[in-house]
Amino acid sequence: MTLQNEIPTNEQVELSDVEKAQIDKLLRETPHTSGASIDALKIIQNHRGWVSDASLLSLSVYIDLPLSDLDSVATFYNLIFRQPVGKVVLHPCDGISCDLMGGAKIRKCLSDQLEINNGQTTKDNQFTLISLPCLGACDKAPVMIAHETLFELIQEDNLPVIINGLKEATAK
Amino acid sequence: MNREENNFPTHPLTRFITDNENCWQLNQYQSLGGYDGLKQALTVSGPAVLDEIKESNLRGRGGAGFPTGLKWSFVPQGDDAPHPKYMIVNADEMEPGAFKDRMLLEKTPHQIIEGLIIGGYTLDADIGYIFIRGDYYTAIKHIEIALKECYDNNLLGKNILGSGFNFEIHIHTSAGRYICGEETALINSLEGKRANPRAKPPFPQVAGLWGKPTIVNNVETYCNLPHIINFGSAWFKSLGRFKDSGTKIFGVSGKVKMPGLWELPMGTPIGEIIQNYAGGMCDGYKLKGYLPGGGSTDFLLEKHFDTPMDYDEIGKQRSRMGTGTIIILDDKYCPVAMVLNLVKFFAQESCGWCTPCRDGLPWAAVLLEKIEQGKGELADIQQLEDLCKFAAPGNTFCALAPGAVEPLQSALNFFREDFEQHIEQQSCPYCDIKHAEDKYDK
Repeated sequence: MTLQNEIPTNEQVELSDVEKAQIDKLLRETPHTSGASIDALKIIQNHRGWVSDASLLSLSVYIDLPLSDLDSVATFYNLIFRQPVGKVVLHPCDGISCDLMGGAKIRKCLSDQLEINNGQTTKDNQFTLISLPCLGACDKAPVMIAHETLFELIQEDNLPVIINGLKEATAK
Repeated sequence: MNREENNFPTHPLTRFITDNENCWQLNQYQSLGGYDGLKQALTVSGPAVLDEIKESNLRGRGGAGFPTGLKWSFVPQGDDAPHPKYMIVNADEMEPGAFKDRMLLEKTPHQIIEGLIIGGYTLDADIGYIFIRGDYYTAIKHIEIALKECYDNNLLGKNILGSGFNFEIHIHTSAGRYICGEETALINSLEGKRANPRAKPPFPQVAGLWGKPTIVNNVETYCNLPHIINFGSAWFKSLGRFKDSGTKIFGVSGKVKMPGLWELPMGTPIGEIIQNYAGGMCDGYKLKGYLPGGGSTDFLLEKHFDTPMDYDEIGKQRSRMGTGTIIILDDKYCPVAMVLNLVKFFAQESCGWCTPCRDGLPWAAVLLEKIEQGKGELADIQQLEDLCKFAAPGNTFCALAPGAVEPLQSALNFFREDFEQHIEQQSCPYCDIKHAEDKYDK
């Protein structure tokens, strides 16, 4: 996933003191700077929700790694977002064990209820829908992860409750 | 090794899992004999521990079944061996249908850490890593707390339990890619690179993380170590019902009455696991086939029920034990749809390093989708068979592509009529359960 920008940005953002402190800690623990790159990207994402071109460039300057190296890593991994995401990212499982138990139907229902397709974000910026491969809870299929919580044995009927619960949990 | 305990467990891997919801914490773990294996190991030399592990015939539980003792014996030893040496726990469980490591990580984090420290002591390693799947939030939390408990109680850090042995453990949460489960790809990922596999040789045991000697083993493999040291290799060998030693966490998912995980002796027959433990098929469903060890293993049928879950015995039936987590295909789910789901997954998770995988798997997915949608031609089956051959072992850097085509090649063999029926009637014969994924994925 990359931004649709055709012109690369030269903009930078100021990394916060907290971000810098967390990244410094990583750098102390690794014998080579590159060893910190994935975790540093995660730190940026934790604070900003996603990794923009500007924050990627700032990180590259801060830890002195080539921008191309960092972006090649950022675009490789599933859990690093190079596009903005909603407040809550819904990860329904699309593994085979969930599909054998009706997982595809659950994903379709989610998509209908939120009026978005896989990979899209709702207009109110509340939810992004990104299915993930097997979430490792196959005896409780179908499952979904959202807001660091695993929802098990999901049925169509309890989807509205799950969605409302997540709205409330993140409204605070 | 000394064996003071008379109480030889029959289910070592799950003996620490009790009804107490805090059974994963240090005080609970120690009250049931946790870290006795480590204490035992520290009383003898590293090479003596390695001999015991070799003698136990423990085989890697990640899927390949490589003998652990043999793997470890390639690590350079002695005063002029390079340092730091690394020991890594591969906890990046992402195999479709595999869910055993999550249970071990959440319920017995200390068992894994104890195994890792024993491994470190055995090979005179300096640093351990637990490479854990980023989506396993509870497991990550438990491992983090468990590590802190260890540092607070001198089970990690300098001069562990007064033995003079120093060892530290870091946790790395993966940013998510199936290929990170491949040991050299995992090492690249720890170095902050794209997780492409490396060419071997050099093998990681000699030149792995940052060019230093490195061991990568599965969560469950490490879990066995404290018990082998504690109760001895002879006891461990006696646990298996066939040729392989020890027990294993087996699982079943799909339309069975009681999907779940059970610790059972190696060599337990497949049929026994499905019928006795998983309770057989749900009412109204019949067994059509199953993947014996997760999404990258060849289908087997009911006629293979007597086969023991032993690495070599499953191999003789032209499948693999893999992770030991069985996925059931019932008679109402379309086999083409099942294989399509798996091939799509492997195509998406291919790192893109070599052609049969990067180009072959997406092509296979396109052909399968075409057949599933009722637009297939008979020539597509031949093409799918060719793609399976192109992705065979030896044509690719790592085992992803060969594993990816295992369910496909065996489905073409066992369920060929289903493929042909799709093509002849130009629609899916299982349409009443046909999923509506096209719309969902745009």
